[in-house]
Amino acid sequence: MTATLTAKPAPASHFAGPSGSRRFKNGLATVLVTAAFLVALIPLVWLLWTVISKGYHVVTSASWWTESQRGKTFESAGGGAWHAIVGTVEQVALCSIISVPIAILVGIYLVEYGRGAFAKVTTFTVDILTGIPSIVAALFIYALFISTFHGARAGWLVSLALVILMIPVIVRTTEEMLKLVPNELREASYALGVPKWKTIVKIVLPTAFTGIVTGVVLGIARVAGETAPLLILVGYSSNTNTDLFSNFQGSLPTLINDQFANLNHATGGTAYHLDANGNRVAGAVVNYAPDRMWGAALTLIAIILLLNVFARFIARFNKIAQ
Amino acid sequence: MADGDTATQPEGSTNGAAPARGGNPFVPRGVGGDGVGLDPTAPRALHANPSVVGSSQPLAISAGTPSDAPPVLGAGSASVGSPRGKVRIGDRIFLALTRGASGFVVLLVSLVAIFLVVKSLPSILDDKVNFFTSSEWSTTAGNLRFGIAPLLYTTVAISVLAMILAVPTAIGIALFITHYAPKRVARPVAYAIDLLAAIPSIIYGIWGAAVLAPHLAGVQRALYHLGGFPLFKDRNVPTGSLFDGGVVLAIMILPIVTAISRDVFERTPRENIEAALALGSTKWEMIRMAVLPYGRGGVISGAMLGLGRALGETIAVFLILSKVSNFSPSIFSGGETFASKIANSASEFSNPESTGAFIAAGLVLFVLTFVVNAAARMIVNRRKDFT
Repeated sequence: MTATLTAKPAPASHFAGPSGSRRFKNGLATVLVTAAFLVALIPLVWLLWTVISKGYHVVTSASWWTESQRGKTFESAGGGAWHAIVGTVEQVALCSIISVPIAILVGIYLVEYGRGAFAKVTTFTVDILTGIPSIVAALFIYALFISTFHGARAGWLVSLALVILMIPVIVRTTEEMLKLVPNELREASYALGVPKWKTIVKIVLPTAFTGIVTGVVLGIARVAGETAPLLILVGYSSNTNTDLFSNFQGSLPTLINDQFANLNHATGGTAYHLDANGNRVAGAVVNYAPDRMWGAALTLIAIILLLNVFARFIARFNKIAQ
Repeated sequence: MADGDTATQPEGSTNGAAPARGGNPFVPRGVGGDGVGLDPTAPRALHANPSVVGSSQPLAISAGTPSDAPPVLGAGSASVGSPRGKVRIGDRIFLALTRGASGFVVLLVSLVAIFLVVKSLPSILDDKVNFFTSSEWSTTAGNLRFGIAPLLYTTVAISVLAMILAVPTAIGIALFITHYAPKRVARPVAYAIDLLAAIPSIIYGIWGAAVLAPHLAGVQRALYHLGGFPLFKDRNVPTGSLFDGGVVLAIMILPIVTAISRDVFERTPRENIEAALALGSTKWEMIRMAVLPYGRGGVISGAMLGLGRALGETIAVFLILSKVSNFSPSIFSGGETFASKIANSASEFSNPESTGAFIAAGLVLFVLTFVVNAAARMIVNRRKDFT
């Protein structure tokens, strides 16, 4: 009792402190709040531990980064994720090439020009875009390019669906960052007779550059793990296909999905498994699908977390945001 | 207009400005340079900002008014600063580019809505059973019988379950970060919660299905024995139930709810907190009286944004939920959501009719998420007007 009162000027006899039930409630709240935080850490740690501990065997083998899954079944060893990495990188790269300029221009419009009804409509639209489920974006691209124009399923359609998901992320960050650029900079530029567009290009954008890059990287991280468009707009192929515009293409999420489908084959009847060369080796059936699945998951998480860390690293150099 | 200006800025008007304010179209040369009269937008811009008109240093003073941000300044610089007095070609091109990009985004969203409606309408009209109440789903060409009732139930049930689990936890974490943890702990904790958002949903899916669901089977059994009411009823789906899906979705929406709650809790006015403490309240009483009421709107909108995400989540639900042949309202049964149904059936998109049925499901999902998100945004924006 005295310990809680030492900081207070009133003598202990005049002030008895909170009553027992109030103190109990206060303590209970503290316990619950702390518990909520601990509970939230459990899945994070558990999930990361599962992926790392089950995936690192495969990821550390040399063939993982150089070979495809061509001709491999869940019974045969070896093979890698090269085909999937190629597909993911290509699809995300095409998506970024389309989204980044559009999104940055929209951000500039909203901050530097946007007044009146059209700007309100644009803001509202970006809000809607933020909430569009990826499967709906994929259905739209399907309805437009495959149902209407009778195109074939291919990687570039995935990129287009990802554009819909990526634009709002970058618009929002660009907007936030441009708003942080002090008005004095613009005014100084105008005072020197510099036109508005040149002020934006040479003064405003360079000042906000690191912030915008952060937004772009976060946008890339957001779409790299999207799976729903892949299921609808491109078939999974275990061969390496570098052509975005024709044929099926592998990607990390669909590689995971493909291995997941074979997860429960371990109790098959055959009493052999295949080695890396496809030769039968006598002994128990071995299912390589789980290893590959967690390996692909680890690869994907590693790529995305690296992008996130990179984005935060860049954000440190952002002078105006601090 | 002219009178009002003079009234608010009595000392600002000098000799040159008076005729221009009086509505005289011939703007004197001394005010804004040669070009002002040629540019129809410029006089308006100057009128809106009387201090420019009345001053001998138009740009420097207009720069001092904080409420008039770039557009007014830009108009000023284009007309006042430019020797020819017309909007420069570079400015025009740049404005056209940015406006074009915005127009493209608006067009994109309209196209999404239009295409979903146009492509699904023929199939909905051709539907032999009621689209909203039937629980059949057969998309054979020529004999379309599909209804969304079980999909809607499963989608809403699993998302609401996720919200029930996630929102209180998120409020707890947000309070921990903003009011309980010391600064040195709070930052890494916030970072860790953000990390949860960075993990792709397919990884939640495989983890939930292969690792978490078997562990939850025991919890499920315990809850089943606990109560006999319909929500907890049959347990013929030991792994892959709505319960499993809801728990994983809760983990997935935790970061967004936490982030927004944290944001509003952080902005609780210092005065309110100090007033509560000065009245002798405990920390919890202070939070209940000052922090929570202040943050209520933010928490609600965060929860709804999380709900929007849960409704549309595809791959995690697709991997976790096991399909059941006969529908049951129990959360210990399996099922399919809109998104998982569509993803599951990508191979059935063989003819326009059956594709239309799935696009119709997508349309309902689009409308559902749209309504939830718009409501959330409305709450957020109303709060912004307040503060």
